Amino acid sequence: MRTLISAVAFLTISIAVTGCSDLGVKPWERDILAQQEMNLISDPIESSLNDHIYFSKEASSGGQGFGGGGCGCN
Amino acid sequence: MAVTKKNQKHRDLAQILSAASCALIAGTSPAVNAAESWDVDSAFLLYSESDGRVSAAEPVISATKNYDEETKLNFKLVADTLTGASPNGATPGDHVQTFTRPSGNGSYDVAASEQPLDDTFRDTRIALSTNWSAPINRDWAYGVGGYLSSEHDYQSVGVNSSLSRYLNQKNATLTLGLNLSNDTITPEGGVPTSLVQMPLSSTDSEFSQRSDSESKSLVDAVFGVTQVINRRTIMQFNYALSTSSGYLTDPYKIISVIDDNAGANFGGNFQSNGRDLYLYEKRPDSRLKQSLYWQTKYQLDNNDILDLSYRYMFDDWGISSHTIDAKYRFRFDKQYLEPQLRWYTQSKADFYHRYLNASNYTDVDFASADYRLGDLDTYTIGLKYGYKFADETEFYTRFSLYHQESSGDKGYGKLASQDLYPSMDAAMFIAGYKF
Repeated sequence: MRTLISAVAFLTISIAVTGCSDLGVKPWERDILAQQEMNLISDPIESSLNDHIYFSKEASSGGQGFGGGGCGCN
Repeated sequence: MAVTKKNQKHRDLAQILSAASCALIAGTSPAVNAAESWDVDSAFLLYSESDGRVSAAEPVISATKNYDEETKLNFKLVADTLTGASPNGATPGDHVQTFTRPSGNGSYDVAASEQPLDDTFRDTRIALSTNWSAPINRDWAYGVGGYLSSEHDYQSVGVNSSLSRYLNQKNATLTLGLNLSNDTITPEGGVPTSLVQMPLSSTDSEFSQRSDSESKSLVDAVFGVTQVINRRTIMQFNYALSTSSGYLTDPYKIISVIDDNAGANFGGNFQSNGRDLYLYEKRPDSRLKQSLYWQTKYQLDNNDILDLSYRYMFDDWGISSHTIDAKYRFRFDKQYLEPQLRWYTQSKADFYHRYLNASNYTDVDFASADYRLGDLDTYTIGLKYGYKFADETEFYTRFSLYHQESSGDKGYGKLASQDLYPSMDAAMFIAGYKF
C-alpha cells in the first residue's frame, strides 16, 4: 500500500516539477490516444453497473465520476 | 418543416428503441442495425450472492446521438429487479430469534446460530437519465443532465452539469462537475423511530406515530485534471466532495442489545418487555465524503492496454477506504481478453457497533450494525472477453467473482461462540452489445 502511495506521490511530484507544458503530444501524434479503448472510461455501461454494485455493498462511492446513488440499496 | 424534423426525430428514436429492445432480447442478432447517427450501448447484468442472499437482474440500454465529434445527446434506461435475503443487523443467538416484518404484519424466525436475514427483500427499480454535452468554443465545453429513478419505497431525482477547459493543445483538461439530487424514502410500514425497541406488530403504538416518508439531499462536486503524458499514456487526478443531509438511516436495519450482566445469560440477548431487545438503528443526519482518485491508461508497444486506478476516500463518519483496480487488456486482431483485479478496504464508522450492551445502550446517540459501515475488505477477480465485428460494433461478456470479509469485536460470553462476521461471495455476469 505504502509503495503505491509513494509511486503516486512520485508521479505527481515529477509532473509538478517538470511542468505540465513539457507533457503531451502534438495534434498529429494522437493516433493511439484517439482509440476508443484509450478513453479513461471506455465502457460507460459496464462502469455504471460496477459502480451500482459497489455502491450498494460498500461505504464508498464515486471518485471517477459521481458513482452509484439514486437507489434505496444503501 | 419543424414538424417534419420532429417527426423524423421521433421515428429515429422509435426505431432505435425497438432495435435496442430486440438486441436485449435476442442478444447478438446480426439483423439488428439502427440508424447510422445513433450509437447504442446495451448490457445485461446478472448478480447472485451465496447463501440465498440478494440476486439481481439488470438490463441497461443507452442511446447516444452524435451531432459531431463533441456534441452529443444521450438517453439511458436501467431496470433493476432484486430478490433474496438481506442481513437485518441483529447478531446470531443461542436460541430461535423472532423478528417483526418491516410492515408490522407478521414475523419471521431465525434458527439458533444462524445469521439473521430478512427474506422479504424484493424490489424493482426503473431509472431514466439524459445528458447533453457540447463545446462552447475552442477551449471550453459543457454538459448538462437529468436523472430520475423510482422503486416502490424510494424515489430519486437529480440534475448535473459540468464545465471543461482545455489547455496546452488539449493535452490537459480541467473539469468541474456538479450534481444535485433529492431522494425520498417511503419505507414499508412507515419510518421507524430510531433507537427504540422493535415493536411486536403494527398494532403497537410505535407504528401509529410513524411518518410515511423522509427525504435526503445530496450535493456532489468533482474537480478533475486529465493530462496526456505521451503518445501512449493518459492520466487523470480527481478530487471529489460529496455532502448528504437528511434521513441517512436505513429504516430496515436493527441492532441487538446483549446482556453484559454477570450470570447465566452473560453474552446472550438482553430481554426487555419479555422479549429480546432489538433497536432500530440511527445514523447522523449529515455526511461529508471526500475522495482522491488517480487513474492511468498506458498502451504497450504490442498494443495491449494497462488500466490502473487508485482511490482514497474519507468522511466525517470516521470511515476511510482504499480502492485499487487493475485491468490488463490483451488485444488480438478483432478480439480482446481482459483480466481484472480489484481490492477494497475500509475502516469502520465511529457509530458502527456489531451490538450494543445492556448496561449502556441508552447512552448512545447513534448506532448501526450495518456491515457496510464496519471494517470490511473486498476482492473482485474478473475476466472479460470482447469481439469487434466492425468499427463500433462489439459484443463483450464478463464474469467476475466478488468476495467480502468483515471483521471486528468478537463479543463475550455466549456471543463469542457465534459467527458475527460471516463472509459473502457473489458472482456477476455481464453481457453487452454496442452498435
